[in-house]
Amino acid sequence: MGFRPRHIGLILYILFLLVPIYWLLNMSLKSNQEILSGFSLWPENLTWANYATIFNDPSWYMGYVNSVSYVVINTLLSLTVALPAAYAFSRYRFMGDKHLFFWLLTNRMAPPAAFLLPFFSLYQAVGLFDTPLAVAIAHCLFNVPLAVWILEGFMSGIPREIDETAYIDGYSFPRFFFVIFIPLIKAGIGVTAFFCFMFSWVELLLARTLTSSDAVPIAAIMTRTVGASGVDWGVLAAAGILTIVPGALVIWFVRKHLAKGFALGRV
Amino acid sequence: MVDKPINQKAWLLVLPVFVIVAFSAIIPLMAVVNYSVQDIFNMSQPGFFVGTEWYREILQNDRLQDAFLRQLLFSFVILLVQVPLGIAVALAMPTRGFWVSLCLVLLAMPMLIPFNVVGTIWQIFAREDIGLLGRWVNELGIDYNYTADTFDAWLTVVVMDVWHWTSLIVLLCYAGLVSIPDAYYQAAKIDGASRWAVFRYIQLPKMQNVLMIGILLRFMDSFMIFAEPFVLTGGGPGNATTFLSIYLANLLQASEFGPMSAFSIVYFLIILLFSWLFYTVLTRMGKGT
Repeated sequence: MGFRPRHIGLILYILFLLVPIYWLLNMSLKSNQEILSGFSLWPENLTWANYATIFNDPSWYMGYVNSVSYVVINTLLSLTVALPAAYAFSRYRFMGDKHLFFWLLTNRMAPPAAFLLPFFSLYQAVGLFDTPLAVAIAHCLFNVPLAVWILEGFMSGIPREIDETAYIDGYSFPRFFFVIFIPLIKAGIGVTAFFCFMFSWVELLLARTLTSSDAVPIAAIMTRTVGASGVDWGVLAAAGILTIVPGALVIWFVRKHLAKGFALGRV
Repeated sequence: MVDKPINQKAWLLVLPVFVIVAFSAIIPLMAVVNYSVQDIFNMSQPGFFVGTEWYREILQNDRLQDAFLRQLLFSFVILLVQVPLGIAVALAMPTRGFWVSLCLVLLAMPMLIPFNVVGTIWQIFAREDIGLLGRWVNELGIDYNYTADTFDAWLTVVVMDVWHWTSLIVLLCYAGLVSIPDAYYQAAKIDGASRWAVFRYIQLPKMQNVLMIGILLRFMDSFMIFAEPFVLTGGGPGNATTFLSIYLANLLQASEFGPMSAFSIVYFLIILLFSWLFYTVLTRMGKGT
């Protein structure tokens, strides 16, 4: 596979993706004074002070703890409920299956802004308001349908003879499911977890609405940097860079299965 | 697919999904319907019934109609730019080796950044005083200021969305492309097929399904866009980038619960309708070829 002219376009496009991120990184390593007084393509007086501000202030770093906790709860919850459901959709027909599947997908189309008010009232009424669990459950609205959809695709690729053989060998359903079936779709579970992580991590509107002080996500805390003396650009940039890190780590782990995961178009 | 056995007990496996999604979908939906037919001054007091008044009001509201047309135009422009660009980038991707992983990871990066951070990145990047882009463009002698000029604001929001989401189309198309067996290309080579013919008769049909998903997702998500333009311009200058979700959030801010709820229902129905239209048209097109 040699170098071809078409790769120039690809490289330019990837540069277009990276330059804004580089600029954020550049700003995060400058002091506010340097940001506002001059213009340079790289930090002349490199400083870690902006990151130090974040790591030394609980009201900053707790935002990351909150975000990571609801994302992890959401991913686990989505996988737990979606695995058996995806199995049911991939192996059996039952009353209303097609309607149920379509209804699940319509939830992906609901504009979150439209449901802010009832979400707020609902979670306050059940006493979950301002907890990571509230955000985790709310994010299930779009992550569970997606998880069912992706997992169903992976499961349909496993021949049904495997199930039948296992039952003939005397496996009970739970034993078959956990001992034989789940190891077979490991890659699918990884990809699904990645997507759940991604959509829960980037969502802000619901996360911000369902929290007020104890469980506020980092993305919402970032809006605070507008202080009396104007915007604290350096800290804002550093906080932004830190929100990119978890995503970059997760994606590195699933890179081998990524292309397969995106092949969900089997309508 | 056809010979799946009928088993009503499968409902037991689906039940947890049904319960958890219904909790977050059906109860809030009913609440929104309930609010939309009442006049509510204060959330702690019961409102009184006004029937379809809010629906009539919002459907006749000029500013809302403007926001709707703006939203349609935006989603249309987004699809027009992102779909061809996404296909082109996917075609330029290497198909095997170390570079594939690297490209995939780099391409997916923008999608893993929280929406409002995307807004922040572009807010900084496009500023004329401290941003690389804004500074360069102004130094080239082009007057560019996204906070003051309508066209510049639009352009910035579109470029930002292209930056953020074109990769989704790329990754979807790429997944379709790698599923094409080498034998197809060899056969095309023997037949002396042109580059265009290979694209039209081999690559495009293979990408069709994933592309449809991509178009649907991009349409729905661009139609619901909120955090990115909100952080970037706050809907301004004036109302230039006040898209439907931003308009909705403004109603909530103003405690106009009734009109807001009526509008939410209409909004959801519009998205459902368009998605169904896209889906039907695209699947028809698929069968035609």
